Amino acid sequence: MKVAVIVFPGSNCDRDMHHVLTDVFHLDSQLVWHTDELPKNIDAIVLPGGFSYGDRLRAGVIAAHSPVIKDVKKMAERGMPVLGVCNGFQILVESGLLPGALLKNTSLNFMCKWTEIIVKNNKTPFTNKFKLDQRIPIAIANGEGRYYADDVTLKSLKKNNQIVFTYAEDVNGASLGIAGICNKAGNVVGMMPHPERSAEQIINPKNAKPASLIFESLLSTLGVMA
Amino acid sequence: MSLTPQESEYLEKKIGRTPNPLEFQIVAAEWSEHCSYKSSKKHLKILPKEGKRVISGPGYDSGVLDVGDGYVVTVHIESHNHPSAVEPYGGAATGVGGVIRDILSAGTRPIAILDGLRFGNIEKDNHARWLFKNSVRGIADYGNCLGIPTVGGEIEFDKCFTNYALVDVAAIGFGKKENLIRNRAEKGDYVVLIGGSTGRDGIGGSQFASDKLEAENRSAVQIPDPFIEKLVIEAILEARNQKCIKAMKDLGGGGLSCAISETADALGVGIDLDLSLVHKREQNMLPSELMVSESQERMLVITDLKKLATLKNICEKFRVPYSVIGRVHEDKMMEVKLNKNTVAKLPSHVVANAPLLDRPSIKPKYLSALQKVKKPVQSVDLSETLLKMLSNPNIASKHWVYTQYDHEVGIRTVVKPGGDGASLRLDNGKFLSVKIDGNSKHCYINPREGVIGCFDEACRNVICTGAKPIGMVDHLQFGNPEDPEIFWTFKESVQAITDYAKYFEIPCVGGKVSLYNETDEGPIKPTPIIGVLGLNEGKPLIPKKIETGDLLIIVGITKDELGGSEYYEYIHGLTGGKCPTVDMKTSKKIQDAVLELIHQDTVKIAHDCSKGGLAIGISKLCITNETGCTVSVEKIPAEKLQLDELLFSETHSRFLLVISTKDEKKVMSFLEKKVMPHASIGNFSGKNIIFKEKSKIVTSVRVDKAQEKWLNSLEALVTHG
Repeated sequence: MKVAVIVFPGSNCDRDMHHVLTDVFHLDSQLVWHTDELPKNIDAIVLPGGFSYGDRLRAGVIAAHSPVIKDVKKMAERGMPVLGVCNGFQILVESGLLPGALLKNTSLNFMCKWTEIIVKNNKTPFTNKFKLDQRIPIAIANGEGRYYADDVTLKSLKKNNQIVFTYAEDVNGASLGIAGICNKAGNVVGMMPHPERSAEQIINPKNAKPASLIFESLLSTLGVMA
Repeated sequence: MSLTPQESEYLEKKIGRTPNPLEFQIVAAEWSEHCSYKSSKKHLKILPKEGKRVISGPGYDSGVLDVGDGYVVTVHIESHNHPSAVEPYGGAATGVGGVIRDILSAGTRPIAILDGLRFGNIEKDNHARWLFKNSVRGIADYGNCLGIPTVGGEIEFDKCFTNYALVDVAAIGFGKKENLIRNRAEKGDYVVLIGGSTGRDGIGGSQFASDKLEAENRSAVQIPDPFIEKLVIEAILEARNQKCIKAMKDLGGGGLSCAISETADALGVGIDLDLSLVHKREQNMLPSELMVSESQERMLVITDLKKLATLKNICEKFRVPYSVIGRVHEDKMMEVKLNKNTVAKLPSHVVANAPLLDRPSIKPKYLSALQKVKKPVQSVDLSETLLKMLSNPNIASKHWVYTQYDHEVGIRTVVKPGGDGASLRLDNGKFLSVKIDGNSKHCYINPREGVIGCFDEACRNVICTGAKPIGMVDHLQFGNPEDPEIFWTFKESVQAITDYAKYFEIPCVGGKVSLYNETDEGPIKPTPIIGVLGLNEGKPLIPKKIETGDLLIIVGITKDELGGSEYYEYIHGLTGGKCPTVDMKTSKKIQDAVLELIHQDTVKIAHDCSKGGLAIGISKLCITNETGCTVSVEKIPAEKLQLDELLFSETHSRFLLVISTKDEKKVMSFLEKKVMPHASIGNFSGKNIIFKEKSKIVTSVRVDKAQEKWLNSLEALVTHG
């Protein structure tokens, strides 16, 4: 089972994600430079965190026009699981694969801390091992992480069960406390918190088991026995 | 931009002719205090640099330590004080950028940043607050974008930094020993300039930093671009993997002048370069501007013909600008051309080695007067005093700062910022602990004991995570070295660091000297910073949650050492008295024992007892664990002291340990066997931090009230002023 981790100029969680996928969950993961073609026979795509293009203009907006995004869109339409984390989420939003926008946190500061998110949709390829409303201790680290959408979009997100994670506390002023959403089909998931920083007990000051279920969900989606 | 008459004369004698104006400027940049260490170099020779883990090589910009299994750790420390005092955002950001490239120069990937920040009194001084806020933002924006975690540091506010800023940045690198750059060059090799374009920013920055801060020279401050730096890091590491780099140096102070002359001198070769080939940001730049510009995010790489094409391809893949600017020769000269015409030609050995100075020194008169100050009258309400101490910006939680830094990226940060040292996991299964410490208040009162205390504190912090110190770096920051009294404090510090390093067998693997740190209002207090690296081959001590009934143990004696303490300075506005001193023999014994105890897995938390003393150390344990504690002060091993002295003395060589009752016997008998002062002084329970003497309550503070003060004071000050 092959997972492509796309590397943009300025991505900086690519190697962390690669480590967790390969060394912790034993998936065949491959770093793919943004101008290269997607490898054949991939089963899932991850857009990692970081500062693609130095967050110039707006976080994620330049990377959203990278050549590789066309391929990502094609694969997404075919139903392939796609996960965007942090800057990856921003890129998914900027490329139109997910609705809404990510604005500066209400504190106007970059925020790196541990918090909890709550699973609101356990039907996606990245959440199918969770119970509904299960809590996940997880790391956040972003400056533009406040999810925002207009009322019509928020209503449709709710109606179509597209809200995947919400924060247990108000960390940044996000609309409806949204930490992660998916597309209508459910195969494309974007989230601001970092599962790759939270799935190993030694670096998670709380409990790493819940965050690891995000990866175990993917394993089960791909038909790998966890 | 100038040389002294003696230096000009020396230069003319060495090269046998009058240098032309460009040559003069090249030499002036390299012979600045900042680049040449002309005042300090002679004295730095005494620092012990050898050790079984130390790997040294020609032209290394960072210290290299062998951590086993084929891996190395690199470390370096620098400051960016003058630039940050003028333009804090850019100054602090480029401070991070510069030290990161020193780590990269060795061929290792930067894995952590630590920073030490110092400003004036932010409670009263708006300008200090502005400097503080923007320095933090500069570091955050730069480090976060690079994806290098800022895992630790320290912050101090003191009136002596009014209208000024000390911004120290230490960086840690990690890599395979076999990938270290060997730094060699042969005739015909190519000299390639990789990274940001050269512009008119940072012109004469090194000379700007080698003088008192008088005018705000903003053009001497460099402009940060972390995105280019990130691309440079990835391109250089890929070039390293593909063996394209024979030698490498980052461009820092002194720009091309410094990088070319030092590289040629270290490798024993000559280099010629043509300035018309340098990729530039601006048009019509003069040769002198190109030679001394300190534009950021630039690396100098030497490669051979076989690898040049691969190197170019890598740069193009990452869209990193580059230019092949010159070649290596055998003649040991640095030759600068413009459109093939020679405009400067100097022996690189002469340029890279400024004539060293023997500056006079004399013990400052102020020192003995400070020893004699009268003790203050004990505060009436010690509970009130404790709360006030907790909201003191020097003691209050720095979470407003470190939550703005991505301290998790890289997924190595096992012991996180906010406590003692930070601990990072390494690829060989071991753990690296790091901490930097400084204390200008102690160093002002007693330059020798002050810096020894910083060294001891950094060691204790590292030990609290379960690691054994394996190397250190120092950053020596003082005022004008031409003042014999200031120079005496510098020499005293170097000797003290040397003595401690030798006794504890901790090699000095790097350092930096920053002089002329003064404004019109005078020099800063002596502010040496000590960084200690520790290696842990077992399990790291990740602080565990305190449970009701857990016991508090103290190891070490509390003494009458309140000179320079936060209690004297913040509560009583008093400078002077006897500052803490370290008995190295006792301290070593205590450190070894605590480390051994930690590895017996009986310690839930090990916490260093320093700034603010015992009362603050215990309060922090209570606040972060949201539990009360009752301490019996009469049990504390101590000299005969007043209550306030007992609570707030900053005596070194003390540890606070939290253990569970089931381990009490084991821990106490271990400490008894080691014959060292220790006692079980309290237990955790309830909702109050209580100090009682026999049955009489001396101090009682509610944990939530203490928490409110300690957690929110700094943030409230910065955001609401």
